[in-house]
Formats: sequence, C-alpha cells, structure tokens
Amino acid sequence: MQLPSYPLPDARGRYADFGGRYVPETLMPALEELSEAYLHYKNDPDFLAEYDYYLREYVGRPSPLYLAENLTRHLGGAKIYLKREDLNHTGAHKINNTLGQALLCKRMGKKRVIAETGAGQHGVSVATVAALMGLECVVYQGAEDVRRQALNVFRMKLLGAEVRPVESGTRTLKDATNEAIRDWVTNVRDSFYIIGSVVGPHPYPMMARDFQSIVGEEIKAQLREKEGRENPDVVIACVGGGSNAIGVFAPFAYQENRPRLMGVEAAGHGAASGLHSLSIGAGRKGVLHGAKMFLLYDDDGQIQPAHSVSAGLDYPGVGPEHSYYAEAGLAEYVGITDEEALEGFQLLCRLEGIIPALESAHAIAYAAKLAPEMEPEQVIVINLSGRGDKDVVEVMRVMGEGQGSSAEGLVQGGRS
Amino acid sequence: MTTREAFARAKAEGRAALIPYVMAGYPSRGADLELVKQVLPYADLLEVGLPYSDPLGDGPVIQRASEQALRQGIHVADVAAFVREIRGLTDRPLFLMTYINPVLAVGPERFFGMFKEAGVNGLILPDLPPDEDPALVSLAQKKGLETTFLLAPTSTETRIQTVAPYCSGFVYTVSVAGVTGARDRLPEGLPELVQRIRQVTDAPVAIGFGISNRATAQQAAQAADGAVIASALIRAHEEGRGLAEVLGEVRAGLGLEGVPGPVH
Repeated sequence: MQLPSYPLPDARGRYADFGGRYVPETLMPALEELSEAYLHYKNDPDFLAEYDYYLREYVGRPSPLYLAENLTRHLGGAKIYLKREDLNHTGAHKINNTLGQALLCKRMGKKRVIAETGAGQHGVSVATVAALMGLECVVYQGAEDVRRQALNVFRMKLLGAEVRPVESGTRTLKDATNEAIRDWVTNVRDSFYIIGSVVGPHPYPMMARDFQSIVGEEIKAQLREKEGRENPDVVIACVGGGSNAIGVFAPFAYQENRPRLMGVEAAGHGAASGLHSLSIGAGRKGVLHGAKMFLLYDDDGQIQPAHSVSAGLDYPGVGPEHSYYAEAGLAEYVGITDEEALEGFQLLCRLEGIIPALESAHAIAYAAKLAPEMEPEQVIVINLSGRGDKDVVEVMRVMGEGQGSSAEGLVQGGRS
Repeated sequence: MTTREAFARAKAEGRAALIPYVMAGYPSRGADLELVKQVLPYADLLEVGLPYSDPLGDGPVIQRASEQALRQGIHVADVAAFVREIRGLTDRPLFLMTYINPVLAVGPERFFGMFKEAGVNGLILPDLPPDEDPALVSLAQKKGLETTFLLAPTSTETRIQTVAPYCSGFVYTVSVAGVTGARDRLPEGLPELVQRIRQVTDAPVAIGFGISNRATAQQAAQAADGAVIASALIRAHEEGRGLAEVLGEVRAGLGLEGVPGPVH
C-alpha cells in the first residue's frame, strides 16, 4: 500500500490561509520532529506493510461499499451506496487514524500516548491501539461527558487506559482537548499526542487525512467494480472536526473531474437558535487548538460552545482543509438539524436494518433530501462513519421527550 | 519609562526586574484595580492578562481566574479600559498577555490601536510563534507596540534564532516544559538556555512559569534579567494571603545582594 500525496498543505502546513501551528513555543520542536518522522515513515516500506497488515487483519479492511437498495427505492432517485466504516473494529472510521498514529508513535520510540475524547469513541479507539501496541494511555474527557458516557469510560478502562475527567471550561470536548495539549506540553519529550480529528497544529490535519484517505481510495476501486467508474456523482459525509469527511473528500477534491462533495454540519436546534455546530455555516476564521480554521466565537474572540444531538459533531471548529475546501468551493457544506438527523437515523434502521451513529445519520438525512432530485443512473456514496449502538440510549431519551411516549419510562429505567 | 530602562534600572540596583501579573476582571470588576495597587510598588514592569475561554498555555490557577473574569462579562473593551486606569497610576512598562483569537476577532489593526492608545508598551502572544504570522508582528510594531514571544527549554538553536529577533520588548523564557503555575524549584539548565538566547539577541531576558518563592526567584535572577510572577499571585489571593508577602519574598530572591523591599 501507499499513503497519498496531495498538493496541500504547503511546507508550513497551510491550506491557503488555514492551518499552521498556533501553539506554545514549547511544542514547536516536537511538531517539527513529528513532521520529519511522518514524512520519513510514510514512504518506508516496513512501516506501510505493518500499517496495511493491521488494517486488513485487525480493523477488517476493506470495508464494504454496500448498495442500499431499499433506501434507494424508498427515496426514488439516485442510487445510494453506503461506505460501511461502521463495520470496522471499534465501530467507526476513527481507528484508521489511531492505528497509523500509534504505529508512528512506536517507531519514534515514545511509550506513552495522550488523547482527548468527547463522547468517548476516539478515546476507545486510542485505548484499543494502545493495548495492541503495549503503550501507556491517558485519555482526557470532559467531566460532563464522563458522566454522560459511563459505558465508554468503562470500555477505556477495560482496555487499560487511564481516563482523566476535565473540570475546566464547558467540561466537554473542547476543554478535554486543551487539557490533552497541556499534558503534551508538559510531557512532550516522552509522550505522543494522538489527535482524534483533522484538527490541531500541522502535521496533525495532514496525517489524519492521509490515514483516513484509504476510505475514499477504496470507494474508487469498489465503484470501478460495481459501476464501471471511479467517481460517484455525489459524496456525502457528516462534518464535526471533519476526519471521516476528509477521508472520502481528499481523494476526489484535487481531481479535475470532481464529484459533488457535500459536507453535512450539525445544525442542532437550527442556525437561528445559536445552538448548533455550524463552524462553516455560521463561523468565522479564527484559531483554536493550534490551527486557523472556521470557528464559532463571539465578538471578543471567546470560543462559543457548540451544540448537537450527536456528541461527535459537537465541536466549535472544523479542520483547516475543510475550511479551505469551503472557501475555495471544492466542497459544499450544509446543515442538518437534530430533528432531521433523528429521522435519518430511524430511516436507515427501518429500511436497511442498520443502526447508524447519530453523526452519520446527519449524512443519511441530507441524502434523503438530495436523492429524490437526482436521476436513477446517478450515484451517491454516503460515508457511514460509525455504528449507532453507542447512541441508542440517547435516541431513546430524545424520542421519548419529543413524543411523550413510554420510551421515556424505558430510558429512565435504563439510566438508573 | 521604556522597557529597556526598566530592566536597566533593576540591573543598576543589582537585582533582576520583577514583572508581576494581573488579570483584567480578576477577582472582579473594580477589585482587579485593587490588586494592581498592591503589586505596583514591587513592579519594574507589569503584565496584564486578557481573560480567554481556552487558555491552553496556562495551568489550572490562571484558567480558573480567566473563567471567573469572563463570568463577570469582561469584554476586550473593558480590558483596554483597565489598562487605561493602570496607566493613570504608573509610568512602568505594561505588557498585554493575550491569546491570538481575540486579536483576530477584533481585527489586528483595531486591536493594536486600541491597546496602544490605552497605554500598553507591548504584547505577549503565547500561542503565536512569530514566524507563523510575521505580517501580524510587523503590524503590531508599526502601531508602536513592542512584541514579546516565548522560548522554552525544548527550543532548538533554529527556534531560538527564528524567534528571538521578533522579540522587540524582551524575551519571555519559559522555565520548564509545561504550563503556567507555581513550582517549588526550577529545573537546572536555565542559565545555559539563557546563554543560548543571549548569543542571538541583546534584548532583556525574563524567566516565567514557576516563580513562586525566594528560591525560584533566586534561580531566575542568577540566569536572567527578570522574572514574571503570575499564578503564585493569584493563588495567594485565592488563599486570602496578602500579595505583599509573596512579592516581598520573590523580590528578596531577585536581589542578588539579598535586599528585600519595595522598588520605591
């Protein structure tokens, strides 16, 4: 296998005006060291062979490109394929990146990994590869999320990780990321920070993209086989920080014949409510966690809390490469509300027997709007970034509240 | 008084310069100025913090203070007003410590103009390595502001050579790989780090992070031209201790001859 080479970022880690390294000076040498190590190993046959081995034998790649016939028929337009990242080990696309970074960590001789996590999916993924590679693992998680995601906290502990609750700020993902960066600043000589998305200072957005781009590359090969062409007409993916979306966008974005690339942000309670995660849709250029990107902040530059029913999209910024795609018009970004996402969630459950992650349900919901307007010979690929087992309790709670049904009682029982 | 004069005066008195830190809006609107009055007698220069939602270079004490200040509804304009009030009390150099996002949000041109007019001498930008945005640094300098950036024990020769020339105010040398916060001892190797920096620049060098008592102040004074004291002051206030006590102790440590007491 090979890792891809794209035209961006430039040597300074910039995607036009976005990206870069806005970090405390203490970290600059470590970022330079990491860039050098990554650029070396991404062309090292032994490293690539090892990565490829674990992707196949441990993660279970390639993931299927599944023709969702019932969904296609129901929507009555374009043919819809689902890229089944939900079938990966640990249930999401996250492991493509954590595996790559953990292997790099080992090659760099570091014995300790640090990670941040929101709902816990990235944390579980890092704890998993740390267990596999025999690395010490510390995961920072907002105290609020620790309380809400007890099951994932326990999973991480089972896998041997130490979970440190973060009490500062909004006590969620944003603050967990600050705390992970603080740990890294303090232990930079012997620790490796595995960032969960295509955010953070250069080279993180580039590394995570390269490791995730296997998803888009597989889509090309699978479509060639199934449809006799590499390019779908539309690619749809949900966007929080943006790692699953970049994995299916980057392999197409720099081509001349580009499919429509549609990123779906979480519109929460709607753009006008102020309770959303529309970093591109409603944000401005700013700096958070080491990179310039589209970001939600007030007139004084104070970062605003994001909102989404889906914890994985609940982040006030979006990766620098997405910010660039949006500004350059290489991809389009739209919003799907909590309510629409819940409809998408149920639609896929009932029609295909697949429970999607609430994050991925945003992409499903947008496809449900777009497909009927398209022709039957056209092809949509939705990146089904994760499975929804983790969200079942939350969905039960929300549906129960919305409809005043007996589901609320069930959930109450489940939570006690 | 210019920055160079402030450092030179301390040196002439046989000691390192003392740079206490205060934060706008901490502990509350109005009471922030009371803390300024307590620290000014000891200050050769003063660092003024702009409270920020995501201070990732800071430890828990300054984070907490930031959250407390933001809960008071402190805006950037309030910070400028705070600086103006301090300027009315002292001619000592004032340095504004701010993360980069508030600068971008207000607009660099307007932000720099606002704080120059309010009376700051310079800026400390803890999450902007200067080579990330040289144009922004030039703009600040064109607006008449001095610029100060951080160097750290992890800094390579290349980083020192890159960063030091952008430090037109002083060089802020971080004593440890880590975030802000009081420590009992500073690590060995500080004098060597400062020596490496002095080979590249003749700007004054101050040590920050971890200065909390006589011992750490002495270590800083043996290595450099000045010391910043921040978290230890906020912690002293949280614990209901007078700031004079900790400042007196630190100042005694900074006086190479061991002469305690206020500057004037």
